[in-house]
Amino acid sequence: MQSVHIVSAYDEELKFLSKRIAAMGGHAERMVEQAVAALVNADPGLAQKVIQDDLVLDEGQREIDDKAIVIIARRQPMATDLREIVGAIRISADIERVGDLGKNVAKRVAAVIDGRQPSSLFRGLKALADLALTQLKEVLDVYASRSVEKIGFVRDRDDQIDAMYTSLFRELLTYMMEDPRNITPCTHLLFCAKNIERIGDHATNIAETIYYIVTGDQMPAERPKGDKTDQVVLPGPLSAG
Amino acid sequence: MVDKGADQKGATQAAIARLRRSRWLLAAALVAVLGVYGFGGLSIFVPLLAVALLVAAAMLPTAAERQSAGGTAAIEVGGLQRLSGEYLAAAVADPLIIFDRTATIVHANAAAFAAFGGLAPGMSLLLKFRAPEMQALLDGIVSGTMASDVVDYTEKLPVERTYRVSASSVGHGTDLYVLVFKDQSEARRIDRMRADFIANASHELRTPLASIAGFIETLRGPARNDAAARDQFLQIMQNQTGRMARLIDDLLSLSRLEMKPYLQPGTEVDLRQTIDSVIDSLAPLANENGIAIERDFIDGPISVPGDRDELFQVFENLLENACKYGQSGGRVTVSIAHAEDGQDPGVDVTIRDYGPGIAEEHIPRITERFYRVDVENSRTQKGTGLGLSIVKHILTRHNARLSIKSEVGKGAAFTVHLPAQ
Repeated sequence: MQSVHIVSAYDEELKFLSKRIAAMGGHAERMVEQAVAALVNADPGLAQKVIQDDLVLDEGQREIDDKAIVIIARRQPMATDLREIVGAIRISADIERVGDLGKNVAKRVAAVIDGRQPSSLFRGLKALADLALTQLKEVLDVYASRSVEKIGFVRDRDDQIDAMYTSLFRELLTYMMEDPRNITPCTHLLFCAKNIERIGDHATNIAETIYYIVTGDQMPAERPKGDKTDQVVLPGPLSAG
Repeated sequence: MVDKGADQKGATQAAIARLRRSRWLLAAALVAVLGVYGFGGLSIFVPLLAVALLVAAAMLPTAAERQSAGGTAAIEVGGLQRLSGEYLAAAVADPLIIFDRTATIVHANAAAFAAFGGLAPGMSLLLKFRAPEMQALLDGIVSGTMASDVVDYTEKLPVERTYRVSASSVGHGTDLYVLVFKDQSEARRIDRMRADFIANASHELRTPLASIAGFIETLRGPARNDAAARDQFLQIMQNQTGRMARLIDDLLSLSRLEMKPYLQPGTEVDLRQTIDSVIDSLAPLANENGIAIERDFIDGPISVPGDRDELFQVFENLLENACKYGQSGGRVTVSIAHAEDGQDPGVDVTIRDYGPGIAEEHIPRITERFYRVDVENSRTQKGTGLGLSIVKHILTRHNARLSIKSEVGKGAAFTVHLPAQ
């Protein structure tokens, strides 16, 4: 991991940053998990708890920002250390966004509860959330182990998340066309799906930052995006149905 | 690490104990010395003699002590002292991690490596176990506010597992701490299984049940005397009960899989033999559907770490699907190849059919429970909507991947990537 500095307090400060990031990450993982559970099980109480938990992440990000700036000012970091500190600022911003997205999913629980949607939709959302959460977990695990050589999985899973999102998008549109009464809950679910898909994107961003921290290089250029919802058009309402 | 301070303290205590044990002898000696002193010789040697006696008494080991020293020596030869903590940790079946004051991993046993991927000595536990309750536990132990504590910790992904985690310090003043994970998944799952089973099964069982109820009503009413209708209805009812039985079988096998703990490391599976027997067992079905199964295996022994029965089920489900849904293609290819992918060596097993294929929007979803591309077709093929969920679950437990490639009209290819590890 990091080499040892002559001033041990400097090491302590750097370690503090990574520990704080890990704690924030754990918190964000838990928030997203609970937000999706609240949505799938129609549990407004749990949703309320998630909404309140977001404060912890906001505070964490501010703390990391302050601490990082103080370190830069006092220690004049170079090379790996500088990347580590700038990386911490970027990662904490991404995690904070993940928390916001989780909170937004939780806020929509109340709107979706009323009309029960087909259970297949919730299973789809759950599967999408599992993918995004696995992405987040593995990326944060790489932050702990610093083994960036296996980080290729991130791109593959990002593609899977996009494909799953496109499929859900299509299914939701179908339900809305079938019955206009579905439009309100389905629109909320559409935003939930989009939020979860964004969580996957933030996890991918974090992976790129980690790659940069460890190697000093940017991750190889990204391939074209796999999200094809911009092209999804369903045929007009069926005259028979 | 031997603490020098503790040693010295121990030696002092031993000397005091010796003094206590030889107090009578000492008292007699002192009386004698004082007597000599009293009788008159004004010698400076007398107080010195008294001090010398005292010291001698303190140094002289007593019989009891000699005995106990001998006993300890015997145990030491037996080895508790020499027994390495590493062996002790390895002998514990539960995941066990030893860490220091900065929450950095000093040692993790094999069970811990098997349960939590990506552990390494020198890694920070706080970075690996990020759940809020684990952070609180580690903080409390390392900062010394708690000597030991227990929390329940649930890992949702990739496979849900619940542990009762206990943390405590090791010995006195060693600055080392230990974390032991007791797997509680089974107890927790039995509770949840009931709820899950009812939620899933009730929905899926309702349709066949409703149809059976309808036919019974018809048989007792309007069709009471119609022999031809009776035969036909009874046949349909039999199909429906068969479907319900299959559904319950699949649900139970999925629940059982979810309840199992992580795979035991160290078992190898001969893939060639396993896949050959899968093909043999499905030969009747393939014949019935007019499908020829082609093999394209690499040479040499092919073995991967894993559980044979579970992998058998994976390939059985995949091949069965290929035979049922790719019927129009007339053939199915099963191939085994070394994975080309440089970063993740392993074996790729591909089962390819030449049937109608799967539309792009369904591909990401087909491993979900009860997701069906074509409900009618699935029903007629006796599908339960659980086959691919079972496949996916088993593969997750094996750290393996399933990738699906398909184009409408050109068939579908299901590739299982098993890591060589």
